[in-house]
Amino acid sequence: MNAIEVNNITKTYSTKKNTITAVDDVSFSVSEGELFGLIGPDGSGKTSIFRILTTVLLADKGTAKVMNLDVVKNYTSIRNIIGYMPGRFSLYQDLTVEENLNFFATIFNTTIQENYDLVADIYKQLEPFKTRRAGKLSGGMKQKLALSCALIHKPKILFLDEPTTGVDPVSRKEFWEMLKRLKAQGISILVSTPYMDEANLCDRIALIQTGKILEIDIPQNIVNRFDKNLYAVKSKSMFNLLNDLRAYSKTESCFAFGQYHHLVLNEEHPDMNELKSYLKDHTELEITQIKPNIEDRFMQLMRK
Amino acid sequence: MKQLITFIKKEFHHILRDTRSMLVLIGLPIVQLLIFGFAITTEVRNANIAVLDNSKDEVTQGIITKIESSQYFDIDRSITSNDQIEKAFKSGKIKLAVIFQPNFQNELSHSNKAQLQIIADATDPNQATTLTNYLSSIVRDYQNELNRQNKLPYTINTETRMLYNPQLKGAYTSVPGVMGMILLLISAMMTSIAIVREKELGTMEILLVSPMKPWLVVISKVIPYFIISLINVATILILSVFVLGLPIEGSLFLLIASTVIYIFCALSLGILISTVTETQQAAMLISLLGLMLPVVMLSGYAFPIANMPTILQILSNLVPAKWYIIIIKNVMIKGIGIEQIWKELLILLAMTGTFLIISIKRFKIRL
Repeated sequence: MNAIEVNNITKTYSTKKNTITAVDDVSFSVSEGELFGLIGPDGSGKTSIFRILTTVLLADKGTAKVMNLDVVKNYTSIRNIIGYMPGRFSLYQDLTVEENLNFFATIFNTTIQENYDLVADIYKQLEPFKTRRAGKLSGGMKQKLALSCALIHKPKILFLDEPTTGVDPVSRKEFWEMLKRLKAQGISILVSTPYMDEANLCDRIALIQTGKILEIDIPQNIVNRFDKNLYAVKSKSMFNLLNDLRAYSKTESCFAFGQYHHLVLNEEHPDMNELKSYLKDHTELEITQIKPNIEDRFMQLMRK
Repeated sequence: MKQLITFIKKEFHHILRDTRSMLVLIGLPIVQLLIFGFAITTEVRNANIAVLDNSKDEVTQGIITKIESSQYFDIDRSITSNDQIEKAFKSGKIKLAVIFQPNFQNELSHSNKAQLQIIADATDPNQATTLTNYLSSIVRDYQNELNRQNKLPYTINTETRMLYNPQLKGAYTSVPGVMGMILLLISAMMTSIAIVREKELGTMEILLVSPMKPWLVVISKVIPYFIISLINVATILILSVFVLGLPIEGSLFLLIASTVIYIFCALSLGILISTVTETQQAAMLISLLGLMLPVVMLSGYAFPIANMPTILQILSNLVPAKWYIIIIKNVMIKGIGIEQIWKELLILLAMTGTFLIISIKRFKIRL
């Protein structure tokens, strides 16, 4: 049995002027105990998919099942067995950490004591602040509290919508380690993120763009499908370099990637000397061939 | 059940931790009642007036002494000519002027007729009417005393009795009005804001994705405001009896029972508002414009309904506060029992039912 099954889901939003297709004929499935990632930029339809699966939004077309329960017909049963952490911080800011956790435990007919071992790892870090109001916590702490609240009733599936957006790198790392531990306890997890570097931490990922799924596979296979030579290029004047590289006749694509520009050339065995002489005006020029990552593959898919 | 209690506790945390709304909830009724009961009244006291005595005889002096001894008027003695009177009116120094014709006593005793002119500043028509009435009745009193001495063959004495409110106190209209207004404000506006807040802050999304039934969420939102409304009813009644001196003539039980029905009506209206709005601001605007204005204008509290254009009279029937104020006036001030107010109570119950049915139809189990 699959934990999640999505078949041809479509969701459109209409305003007075136009209709926007947020989710466009999306199908995927998540097996039990899997950590599945929806990877895509803002506005790619991730949140709509989450809301449809957590039964708070109705799809226009298609069907979806969570633990073999239909999201429309059996919505009450689904609401009993899932844990949901929406993208926006949605706890009570004027209640303390402890009060929030207690409240959500009671709403789900359980107590903190009953499932303490499940949240212990996370909650231990929060305990020094347990009398602090949730609104006064730091971004990372807020997300940890929200995760604790979503976990307190021992859900069979966790839905985490952009849990690490707006969180510092250290907390992000900690957060993903927690997810791994939860997975080890047999909880299936559907997580979404706009950060490509987090994609490698998932068992399988779906790359999603403007409501359409581009590719679904384990992260390594996705990277392996990038079949071109990739170069990291750097010079003193990065802005001019980007323009020059894009104007180069043999460039297939080039985009800024942190400190380097990632360059893809449209030849199988490119002549690097030709490129170097083309860029002779640039000082401190650095060109190295590198291994592609998921973002490179994403950019390649987007160009198709 | 445990869910419900925890939820209600949480609701009280929200209310108690927000000092501003707390002050509004508990302080507003007291302040409003005291302001309407004491400060804003239609009673007039110690109004400045001018008296121009062109006759200066026994009778005019007698009348002036009577005017002076009443608590309603203070005579400004510095005004001694017609010109000064006009100036004093323009500068707002006086509200009323009394002018005796020359040879007042002579005319009165010989031709049985004398002229006394009353000029009032009618920029505030209600006040002008009240003041001229006070003054006329003082003059009439004096006349009656004169007549008693030289018996006239035929006289008709009008004897006026103000029933239920012999002293014509403003509190008799302000207390029912404030109750109708405050209970609606707290029950309808605060409840709708409290429910909409969960939508706006995104917590509704989590609550929906939980075993908690959506209607339980609504009930746990309503109960705290029901309790606060009851506290307010108690403070208003205690204040009006002991501070404003307004007696409760009818049965206290009936009074409280009909108030509870009214609170239910207001709460269901609040739920209805919350189902049609998405933001706290919208809920507040609808409550203020859609509820407060009709309550003040159309409930018969500030302006008599009978004097309104027909269309407004018809519209006023849709305002729950109108029926509640009728009930309260009857029970509290006239001391009437259920046999006279059951119709109004039924109307309130029917309104409550309608609001609830529409809310249930409109209530969303999804986002």
